[in-house]
Amino acid sequence: MKISAFHLMPHRELPDDFEKRYESVWVTPPWWELADAERVGQYYNWTLDELLFAARAGFDGVCTNEHHQNAYGFMPSPNIMGAVLAKATNGTDVAIVQMGATLPTSNPPIRVAEEYAMLDCISGGRLVAGLPLGSAMDVNLCYGITPMEHRERYREAFALTLKAWQSRELFAWNGRYYQLANVNLWPRPIQQPHPPVWVPGSGSISTFDFAVDNDVCYCFLSYSGAKAAKTMMQGYWDVVAKKGRETNPYRAGFLQLVAVAETDAAAEAKYARHVEYFYHKCLHWPIQYLSPPGNQDYRSLVAAAKSNIRRAEDTKALRYRDFVEKGYVIAGSAATVRDRIKEEVVKGLRVGNLMVLLQIGSMPHELTLENMDRFARDVLPSLRGEWNDEGWVNHWWPERLRGTGAPRAAAAVAAAGGGA
Amino acid sequence: MSARTIAVWDGKVRIRVHSEGSGPPLVFLHGPWGLTWDPFLDELAKSFTVHAPEHPGTTPETPDDVYHLDGLWDLVLCYDELLTALGLDTAALVGHSFGGMLACELAAAYPARVRRLALIAPLGFWRDGDRVVNWMMLDPARLPEYVFRDSKSEAARRMFGTGADPDAATEARVRLVWGMGATGKFIWPIPDKGLKKRIHRVTAPALLIWGKEDRLVPPVYADEFTRRLAGARVHTVEGAGHVPHLERPDVVARMVKEFVGG
Repeated sequence: MKISAFHLMPHRELPDDFEKRYESVWVTPPWWELADAERVGQYYNWTLDELLFAARAGFDGVCTNEHHQNAYGFMPSPNIMGAVLAKATNGTDVAIVQMGATLPTSNPPIRVAEEYAMLDCISGGRLVAGLPLGSAMDVNLCYGITPMEHRERYREAFALTLKAWQSRELFAWNGRYYQLANVNLWPRPIQQPHPPVWVPGSGSISTFDFAVDNDVCYCFLSYSGAKAAKTMMQGYWDVVAKKGRETNPYRAGFLQLVAVAETDAAAEAKYARHVEYFYHKCLHWPIQYLSPPGNQDYRSLVAAAKSNIRRAEDTKALRYRDFVEKGYVIAGSAATVRDRIKEEVVKGLRVGNLMVLLQIGSMPHELTLENMDRFARDVLPSLRGEWNDEGWVNHWWPERLRGTGAPRAAAAVAAAGGGA
Repeated sequence: MSARTIAVWDGKVRIRVHSEGSGPPLVFLHGPWGLTWDPFLDELAKSFTVHAPEHPGTTPETPDDVYHLDGLWDLVLCYDELLTALGLDTAALVGHSFGGMLACELAAAYPARVRRLALIAPLGFWRDGDRVVNWMMLDPARLPEYVFRDSKSEAARRMFGTGADPDAATEARVRLVWGMGATGKFIWPIPDKGLKKRIHRVTAPALLIWGKEDRLVPPVYADEFTRRLAGARVHTVEGAGHVPHLERPDVVARMVKEFVGG
């Protein structure tokens, strides 16, 4: 299987009483009270250094993502980060996994197709093209897209992107939301017919259909762990089977928070406060921000109103041991972490493309490197061979990096530089 | 009261219209929380033939019809078609909130169709110093206290379905959220869609009605209308928030009746 290091680039030093003093970590947090540009420059450099450390340490891919106006993860342009990572990892077999640039907030959306083609060219064909719908906070609240048009715009932009990469001829796009008379992309990606496409989702049934119909890798970017995702991912696999596609585990991606230490007790001592910081502060927003009226279609709205199942747990009431017990975070010794990932995530959800979040909330740079190092050294090697016995091909990974699942030779990554 | 469904927009958008009463025609355009036939409309129906359409998408049986409309221009054209289908060459228009903005847009697009224009807490303008509160982003539990001066009133309970029956509460919740979504489609993220460029076309005499304690659209917005609509009058309603016609139905109905001249 393929295992990538994911990063949010959070604010690492929010005040202790942040969630009491401010209504939200997203959309409205006041920059001038909470942040300092010099210090934030340090965060960006730590983030890049950490991802390059992961690339050197043996991870298969490095992941960045796009969010706006928040202290939870603020890479408004993941492709700026991706460009640095692509250049610095040239000559290695590490994938640049952009999870990614958000289509409905990019205008015109072929900007994403262009930048991804650039990244694929710079990296020598190592790009994984994540094409997310984007959160309601980013797309509706920060970028002003009408909630009822959010999905329609996404789907039109998705079709335009795929066509822009592949078309042999200049073409006109006369869409409902986008009109371009001369689409003729420069550059085009190295990977043909186009880079592998991953679509992140949060469990809505219409996205399952969309992912399977378009034959992409569906990625559940969850902060609630595999136990909570079980029913939802089974729903995805049911759609895969119903539509007659092979149940190739590489058709699924999953994000898991992970913290590794010498022992389970040491993990608690090292990571507990960073895990609690993440769930108490980084995920602090009014629940109605997640779905402004019109963002959910009518049938989903009716289903959600009738069901209590989807009502999220109040994570503010939970502590480190709860998060670990419930599987929100898989933490402990290398053996504990390895066994839980295998059982709960890999087998439990049938996941071939695993993403792990190893820099969690306030976790400082040195501790992040330690967590990454322990994972790469003591956990990753025993996971990499998963699914090999079934002989599946990872169609959703850059072809030249697919390999055999055997341990990779240590990669020579360009020096990461010493921070800001 | 009779209800019929009229298909406009080449048959793609079905609009249910409730009609009641007798007398000169009066069209009521509802706000973001859907149409409920209420004592205010009962009172108007004593003097007028009241036609109250449900905005595209807000009818539970046809929620997806609103997807056929791309913007405000499409919506205004739909209402022109609807007036024709109702056999109304001219009518008095009364609109609340989102419906007030729409009524004003109709009066600007088709000045000859509108005999009198009564606007209750209408949207349509934006002042940076007096921001309209985006009700779509409020905590649902607190929405009633923003819409009503008294969120415990009978009228508030009717709108928000805070009764004991859980099925009715669920139904009310869906109706409210979808109503906000289907109307919000035309005003997101700021309810200024260029009325300031078009309002000079309005020829109908206009009346503005505002609840004194409107917590969503501050009463100062009446100035934006009165300085652009020659001779427009403003009535302020004591003891009312953003829905004065539901909070003081007798008072507001009397204002409208006197203005429209039954």
